Amino acid sequence: MNFDRIKEKLTILADAAKYDVSCSSSGSKRQNTTKGLGDSSGMGICHSYTEDGRCISLLKILLTNHCIFDCAYCVTRKSNDIKRAAFKVQEVVDLTINFYRRNYIEGLFLSSGIFKSPDTTMERLVQVAKKLRLEENFNGYIHLKSIPGASDELMHEAGLYADRLSVNIEIPTKEGLKLLAPDKQRKDFLQPMKKVKNEIIKYKAEKKLIKSTPKFAPAGQSTQMIVGATQETDAQIMYTAAYFYKKYQMKRVYYSGYIPISYDPRLPSIGTEVPMLRENRLYQTDWLMRFYGFSIEELLNKEHPNLDSDIDPKLSWALRNLHLFPVDVNKAEKQMLARIPGLGMKSVYKILGARKYRNLNWEHLKKIGVALNRARYFMVCNSSDYEKRDLSAASIKSLILHNSASKFRNTYSNQLNLFDKQDALI
Amino acid sequence: MIFKYDGSFEGFLTAVFSAYEFKCENCTIVKENEHVESLFEETEEVITSEEKANRVWKKIQQKTGTKGSRQIYWAFLSELLGVENTLFQYIQHAINSAKNITTDYANKAVLEVSQIVKKVGREKHRMDAFVRFRKTKDNIYFATIEPDFNVLPLNAKHFKNRYADQYWCIYDLKRNYGIYYDLNSVEIIQLELPNSILNTSTDFFTPEEMQFQQLWKNYFDSTNIKSRKNTKLHHQHVPKRYWKYLSEKYL
Repeated sequence: MNFDRIKEKLTILADAAKYDVSCSSSGSKRQNTTKGLGDSSGMGICHSYTEDGRCISLLKILLTNHCIFDCAYCVTRKSNDIKRAAFKVQEVVDLTINFYRRNYIEGLFLSSGIFKSPDTTMERLVQVAKKLRLEENFNGYIHLKSIPGASDELMHEAGLYADRLSVNIEIPTKEGLKLLAPDKQRKDFLQPMKKVKNEIIKYKAEKKLIKSTPKFAPAGQSTQMIVGATQETDAQIMYTAAYFYKKYQMKRVYYSGYIPISYDPRLPSIGTEVPMLRENRLYQTDWLMRFYGFSIEELLNKEHPNLDSDIDPKLSWALRNLHLFPVDVNKAEKQMLARIPGLGMKSVYKILGARKYRNLNWEHLKKIGVALNRARYFMVCNSSDYEKRDLSAASIKSLILHNSASKFRNTYSNQLNLFDKQDALI
Repeated sequence: MIFKYDGSFEGFLTAVFSAYEFKCENCTIVKENEHVESLFEETEEVITSEEKANRVWKKIQQKTGTKGSRQIYWAFLSELLGVENTLFQYIQHAINSAKNITTDYANKAVLEVSQIVKKVGREKHRMDAFVRFRKTKDNIYFATIEPDFNVLPLNAKHFKNRYADQYWCIYDLKRNYGIYYDLNSVEIIQLELPNSILNTSTDFFTPEEMQFQQLWKNYFDSTNIKSRKNTKLHHQHVPKRYWKYLSEKYL
């Protein structure tokens, strides 16, 4: 191995791949049954975290950053004057194996600029995965990018070796795509996605009848949207996401705050702040949709096309629906508990477990970890001490914000830290 | 009354047995090396007995199922000062109650045990993540760690499944023992390690080992997005006390 040359390529091709935010390494169920290398049957593991606080779980690189396309939002675009490099198939295999054996990573996330044609590119990606599986007996996690425009045959082969496949639609609206990536068409993204979805369904059905049916992309598909590159509303983004969850059975949709990388007048200029707070709100909405039983229409609609920035989307929904509250935590069903602001699913399960033994009071709830700062306006428990005033939505909001106001008034990054803490409670 | 035991899990279970034998509900169970002589309280020395331990363990399993008994073992591995007493209260509550008490979070001991288990689980998961193998000249992938809690026994299965085709050893420097896998099974070992083991010197490690650490460090830096810098979050996820074992942080 020529370490100096590899190091140079790694620097370029990891740097170019870092805007893809997916880092998931879970949900695959690929067991190590043959005493080979690797096992991805457990939960995902973050082996390290970058200085921006994002998890490192996979070796996330491009095979090459040569690209025939000129999408305005992408660093790898043809017209951008940057250093270009390309890995050989064997180099990626060796890097993956050596990193994996040292417990640096859960596996490989391989994407690529599109050189020559979509099929040539996809074929090269498949070669890497095939080599890892067949020659190295590798059972670690492999995430391959589905190249827009790749043929059905190649997508089929990709699914046999990869755990997850993803196509990034990047721009949430058709108009935006036309503006920023005129050579790309939405149907080119959708075609491989559809193929993979149908194959997953087919293989799953066959697996039920014939146990030896091989796995096909067992960790499913994901996609990513850039947030803030065009003028889209939160509703447009989240309705698109909901559509992909439903129509294409996506495992995940990722939201990536646009990081200015170009002086193109169609885009936010360099130096514009990354919309991290907005990104956070979108993820909260995504979670509410996937784990808390909310439908997207409840959270975003014609009257509310954008999420509030000063309060989380669940609280915002609750304030619009005060007639459903207060909820009795000792009696309410799971679905309704999950809708109380300040109650995450972990707290919901703890409450469900604990209330079998006795009626819970404020002290119990506080110790269990409920964020009473928000929750207390929306619930009653085994105590006569509850909110008896008939407060309006506006005054509840101001009371809640008042109790955490100093943190909200702080700098931008501090705001985000606060949200992370809220996430931990949820 | 104080029961002092040898620090092993069997020893602790034997102590619980003795406490019941003495019909002592408010006694203290303490490790030998943490025991401080008391003028006012009687101390009873517990002699670890496999038979007594098994009887207690069976009863616990019967009362709390696999979830509860697993929680007791994991909380025990925390080695926190006084954890034995919380566990003793937990066990008493389990035995006195007709229902399985594992989710009775409004009970102090149950909540505390669940919180300790969460911490131990987090530390176990951290070790799954933060172990960095370095390849020795005799072809063993070798890692040193110093976990906050005694979690190494919990990590063995994960590493055995994952690295089934390579020799590996993970060594806990704080507790001076390690687990070693010889392509067949995992064994507990004790080694005399030189202080220089933290450095990747070519006395022990293959010449290319350092190159891979450099590549990894290189990857770590290249995949970072500077305009999203968030040092606080970074430190929260990778606390400083682990840095000396993470090549991407110390190189």
